[in-house]
Amino acid sequence: MAPTDDGFEALLEPFYNGKKLTDPIKTKEDKYQLVPAFLKVKGLVKQHIDSYNYFVEEDIKKIVNANRAIRSDQDPSFYVEFTDIRVEKPSRDDHSGMQPISHVSPMECRLRDATYASRVLVDIAFPQGKTRIIKKNIPLCRMPIMLKSSKCYLNGANNEQMQDMNECPLDPGGYFIVGGTEKVILIQEQLSKNRIIVEAGDKGVVTANVTSHTTERKSKTYVIYKKERIVLSHNVLVEPIPIIIVLKALGGMTDFEIMEMIAGGDASYQDDLLLSFEEATKAGVYTQQQALEYVGVRAKMGANKKGGRFNTGPKRSAADEGLDTLANLIVAHVPIEGYEFYPKAVYIAMMVRRVLMALHNPKLVDDRDFVGNKRLELAGQLLSLLFEDLFKGFTTTLRLNMENFFKKPNRTATYDPASAIGSNGASITYGLNRAIQSGNWTVKRFGMNRAGVTHVLSRLSYIAALGMMTRISSQFEKTRKVSGPRALQPSQWGMLCPSDTPEGEACGLVKNLALMTHITTEVDEKEVKEWVYAMIPGVTPITEYTGSEMHSPGVYVIHVNGTPWAMTRRPQHFTREFKQLRRRGMLDPFSGIYINEHFKAIHIATDEGRICRPLLIVQNGQPTLKAEHLRLLQLGKAAFVDFLRQGVVEFVDVNEENDALIAVREDDCTFQTTHMEIEPFTILGAVAGLIPFPHHNQSPRNTYQCAMGKQAIGAIAYNQFNRIDTILYTSVYPQRPMVGTKTIELIHYDKLPAGQNATVVVMSYSGYDIEDALVLNKASIDRGFGRCQVFKKWTADIQQYPNGRKDRLCVPRKNEDGNTEPKDHLLGSDGLATPGLQVHQGDVMVLKEIPVDQQSTGIAGAGDRGPDGFKQVPISYKIADPAYIDKVMVSSNEKNQSIIKVQTRQTRRPELGDKFSSRHGQKGVVGIIVEQEDMPFSDTGLCPDIIMNPHGFPSRMTVGKLFECLTGKASVIAGRRDYGYGDAFRSHPVEEMGKALVEHGFSFEGKDYFTSGITGEPHEAYLFNGPIYYQRLKHMVQDKMHSRSKGPRAILTRQPTEGRSRSGGLRLGEMERDCLIAYGASQLLLERLMHSSDATQVDICERCGQLGYRGFCHTCQSPGSVTQMTMPYAAKLLVQELISMNVGVRMQLEEKFPATQ
Amino acid sequence: MPRQPPTKEELEARKIVGINLETITNVHDTNYPGHYPGEDHSWDIEKFKQEFSVEIHKNDPYEASFSLIGLDASIANAFRRIMISDIPTLAIEQVFLNNNTSVIQDEVLCHRLGLIPFTAGKEGLRNFVEWQAKPRETGEPADCRDSDTFQLELKVRCEHNPDAGPHETDPTKLYKHAHVYARDIKFNPVGRQYEWFTGENAIRPVNPDILIAKLRPGQEIDLNMHMHKGVGSDHAKFSPVATATYRILPVIDIVEPILGRDAEKFQKCFPQGVIGLEKVTAEDGKRDSRYLGHEGELKAVVLDAMRDTVSRECLRHDEFKNKVKLGRKRDHFIYGVESTGQLESDDIFLQSVQHLKAKAKTFEKQLVNMVR
Repeated sequence: MAPTDDGFEALLEPFYNGKKLTDPIKTKEDKYQLVPAFLKVKGLVKQHIDSYNYFVEEDIKKIVNANRAIRSDQDPSFYVEFTDIRVEKPSRDDHSGMQPISHVSPMECRLRDATYASRVLVDIAFPQGKTRIIKKNIPLCRMPIMLKSSKCYLNGANNEQMQDMNECPLDPGGYFIVGGTEKVILIQEQLSKNRIIVEAGDKGVVTANVTSHTTERKSKTYVIYKKERIVLSHNVLVEPIPIIIVLKALGGMTDFEIMEMIAGGDASYQDDLLLSFEEATKAGVYTQQQALEYVGVRAKMGANKKGGRFNTGPKRSAADEGLDTLANLIVAHVPIEGYEFYPKAVYIAMMVRRVLMALHNPKLVDDRDFVGNKRLELAGQLLSLLFEDLFKGFTTTLRLNMENFFKKPNRTATYDPASAIGSNGASITYGLNRAIQSGNWTVKRFGMNRAGVTHVLSRLSYIAALGMMTRISSQFEKTRKVSGPRALQPSQWGMLCPSDTPEGEACGLVKNLALMTHITTEVDEKEVKEWVYAMIPGVTPITEYTGSEMHSPGVYVIHVNGTPWAMTRRPQHFTREFKQLRRRGMLDPFSGIYINEHFKAIHIATDEGRICRPLLIVQNGQPTLKAEHLRLLQLGKAAFVDFLRQGVVEFVDVNEENDALIAVREDDCTFQTTHMEIEPFTILGAVAGLIPFPHHNQSPRNTYQCAMGKQAIGAIAYNQFNRIDTILYTSVYPQRPMVGTKTIELIHYDKLPAGQNATVVVMSYSGYDIEDALVLNKASIDRGFGRCQVFKKWTADIQQYPNGRKDRLCVPRKNEDGNTEPKDHLLGSDGLATPGLQVHQGDVMVLKEIPVDQQSTGIAGAGDRGPDGFKQVPISYKIADPAYIDKVMVSSNEKNQSIIKVQTRQTRRPELGDKFSSRHGQKGVVGIIVEQEDMPFSDTGLCPDIIMNPHGFPSRMTVGKLFECLTGKASVIAGRRDYGYGDAFRSHPVEEMGKALVEHGFSFEGKDYFTSGITGEPHEAYLFNGPIYYQRLKHMVQDKMHSRSKGPRAILTRQPTEGRSRSGGLRLGEMERDCLIAYGASQLLLERLMHSSDATQVDICERCGQLGYRGFCHTCQSPGSVTQMTMPYAAKLLVQELISMNVGVRMQLEEKFPATQ
Repeated sequence: MPRQPPTKEELEARKIVGINLETITNVHDTNYPGHYPGEDHSWDIEKFKQEFSVEIHKNDPYEASFSLIGLDASIANAFRRIMISDIPTLAIEQVFLNNNTSVIQDEVLCHRLGLIPFTAGKEGLRNFVEWQAKPRETGEPADCRDSDTFQLELKVRCEHNPDAGPHETDPTKLYKHAHVYARDIKFNPVGRQYEWFTGENAIRPVNPDILIAKLRPGQEIDLNMHMHKGVGSDHAKFSPVATATYRILPVIDIVEPILGRDAEKFQKCFPQGVIGLEKVTAEDGKRDSRYLGHEGELKAVVLDAMRDTVSRECLRHDEFKNKVKLGRKRDHFIYGVESTGQLESDDIFLQSVQHLKAKAKTFEKQLVNMVR
């Protein structure tokens, strides 16, 4: 078997799930084994890792190769050439030259607030005299390493090695550790690049646009049909240019050829072009030269700034300008080789044609929300963008450094770039770290400025962390009220989870990957092209054809990554052959192909970021997957890759899916069927996969559970007690769910569960169970039900100041009696809290002292030396509920500063108001805790842990919960684990469960006879009961309970502070005020708004109406008419602020109770 | 028309709780004065003595089953409730941790220790153990006495096992004391405790194989414990029973004959031994005309209704519609008492009777005071 323990062994083991090697294999039931086989190599977080690996191993080399040489303007013979670049394995940053480079584990980085990064080394070559000097392994910068990537120590580690590194073998990896925090680069959803998107606007405007994306630049070109004119628009063009002029400028075509290129033989399209041709004539553009000038004049000078600013060469002519614009800026991704403009002309003509087609048939516009038109950007791609930008910045600073050196008239030494590389490379390190830490992705050259790309990995529960790794964030604005991008797209079937999306503003914009989704990395299209030329006959390059030939009937244009490349007359044959090549393993398995009949086009895609998934291949109505394949898989003699090559499974992207007829089940296969689903439950994601019987629930309930599953308290990782997180919730006795799913096993939720199987009775009890409140059994709580632990982190850092002074720890303080101060009783002689002791509010955990003198230079001779005293800044426990000191860590960070981390621990038993939820979006708080003897009990003496109110069912329609209960009960009673499967679309039939119940003397429907524990008489109805998996959610009363009688006030307004953390007051707001006014409770209002808030005594002069001071009016210079009165401080403040702005305020006073006349 | 006194059948029928497909009817006892006009149902000790009976089905130390017949549900329930929450037992209440370097946290370890059921000599438990004195007014706990505090000790240190094979992977063989069990807890008697709790009467865990914690080399658990007397209403660990429950006697009444295939199916609707199959004899035919012509076929007869679990499966099938009537006898309580091990099941029940009596006495006193 495989040497690594990735937790999938059990699933592939022959004896798994009660099946023996000798048992017959049925492809129908056992084909799910392909899912673990797939997840071993791809899927879930592997895409992050694949993408990062591609960047670190290939892309980074390509980037450096593209920017390999730096030449000096001062000394043209000198250059620095980067010949190679490589990323090492992670090492400590703070090793000095004396020590050997030391390995660093991710856990060490987390604990020491360090960055898990490794050195990036470059090889350089430069001339020295006449010899070419080659220097190898020069450290350039440090690159944050993704956990479990090929550069990470965790890659391929088995359980034992993981344990040695204090790492959890089930941790998904795929994130970074920067400054001790775990950061995930979320998957970014974007509209696909280099593809034409046709859209219809208002008033008959039709546009075709394409976002060209090359390593050099990113730009968008539009072809717009507006008021019968067709124009081309681009950022560099001052105004849109008539399309015919653009095509003329591209050269080599007569008007007739242009017409044929766009319209072919179609008269109606030709008519549409009439006005455009006229326009060109009106503009006086007949020749290519004229057209180029026309374009050149309208191109912004900014476009060639780069050339203009540094090259003080001769000013270029308008025609040159136009040529440059067309060649490099407009539809930049269509390569121009040797001024061969024909492919670009074909491309622009195609855009025009698409516009015209959409004009005649409005159905031919593209759908922006179609998943096939989307690309997912992963960590590797984002990092490569950033790295390229930073590397380019680095080369410019290096060149400046070089210039400065060569500027010196008399140089003493020869120039050695090696040292300059190290010092300037720090900017790359800094840039990478800052971007990952802050989540602000700024790439100047693309004008890209994105915030919130990275997030702190949520470690609330295992599922929260895993769910974060599969999350996709969309670029759409959350505030816009459009429903299109938020809606469930039919094309996301099997690719994106239909259930897992947040509620509220990000609804439908934040998505999650389905279980079997894979995101492609880039494949070299050249290779694909060569194979196609070599293997498939009847393919001819497009450059050899004119427009009329292109558009003649029966001819299909083959596009590679959206660019026309060749033609064929046998499209079906071609695609078949292509797929054949792919299935035989000659082409990359992730290259996609599909036919677009509307546009008579075949599209081959090899680009990165396409969403695809594996499907079983069906031939002649029979899946090619046979029992022997599964047998080999069980024996460990075949892996998923082998099946790819044997034509059993293949990866199909969203566009290719449109050409396929996919059967859901084996029985659905006909002769037209091309593919079959591996397992239907894989349309759900990892988080939705926890729900048993999700196909019986109302769909929003599944969505609610997806949000709540992430808040459930459970086991986080095997190394949870070694971690020191800001806040960590763990369950004392987590249990594997009684009713599981295949997904639960695949994602190992059964090993790191978050919940307990509670015996639930559905009945109304005590009246404290209205509005979804739960009734809990006190004895169950006594015995450990729902018990959880809360760990909190408190840190102190020991700083060093520039003047040489240092923070320090000190011994516990003594009071007058010579005893230790009560606050310091936890502290040992080292000034640190002792693990195991109980801390109460106000107790000191770290007794730190900081020097009073931090500013002076500390040079005594210069007289600049401050006092030697120290000020105590204790780190004390601030929470009202006591806790225990769990552990104390003393270490140093990368800047060689000592850091102290203290972790406190609370063990909490469920109390009134704590939140619980089942796995069906049914949350509730504890309404009452009942003694065991008051609980209803069955004939066997069984009494429930939880009583749930039946009103929770009718409106929620969570039938899955009923099924879970019944299935759980049956599997408990029958002692059969295999009963307990609630997989989506393939769960155990519930009738069988009922039969099992009857066999063991229970009711068929799961409703049993119960006796009231209070009266001792039977209940008049049978009660539905059984085990239901309940999750304890992180919202606990203890963290929210708050009240105030008196307390702190804000400095400025003297009003009570706000919020629990500042022990603030509860605001009597505007609407509450309205109520009191309407009711007429004026004295209560006065009390709430003034006396209990910010009442203050002021002196007011009755004569001038201004504020006085100490019974004296300074305006009137008299104490005569000054009166004291009470008013809100905020009002007094307003008066004074207005005065400060030169707005006079006068207060006129009246008798409160005027004497009656 | 003058009221007829109820017939014997009528009286019996009143005691039956109706078990229907979806509902349970007749759940309340109507056997009290004033419910039936002209009938006197006032409680009478002599009548009660006459009607009340006890049957013992099983009397194992840790699992007992018996029937109390002729009782009211409130009394029956009172016994059950008292057994769960009011019978005092000994359990670990205070833990003094000297050292705990295991992965299991102090609070969790203490909680686990508290839940371990202990047992000891019955004489001592009954006659010697006293309630712990109330804390002093200053809030300090009262002094411990030998009659209310029992010291236990757990001191385990895990070490490498030098005898383990080089390729051993089983932690229990690789290390010494890798697992800490309840049997590792040591009782340290003091004072008069030597008289009551020595030898086989020593305080010891009921089940020595309860796993408390797992250790690895170098880890150590060293703690002292105090055991006190407490009740289940305070914490479930003091409850002497795992379950104390009762059910009322099922009644199966075959109204119409169930014959042949149906009879076999009917039998399968019940747990084994509830329904028997008998051949219809000629006498049956003579006695009941409905059997006529079915001689030799199988008929369903009730063998032992007590074994029925009231799954009411037979009501689900149309074949048996109106042929069978299910019910339960309201005043026949079949108790099931499972002890956690400190006290014996029958003892627990007897104590509950004493307890109820004591409660009644206290209540009587209060009642008299109230009236006065």
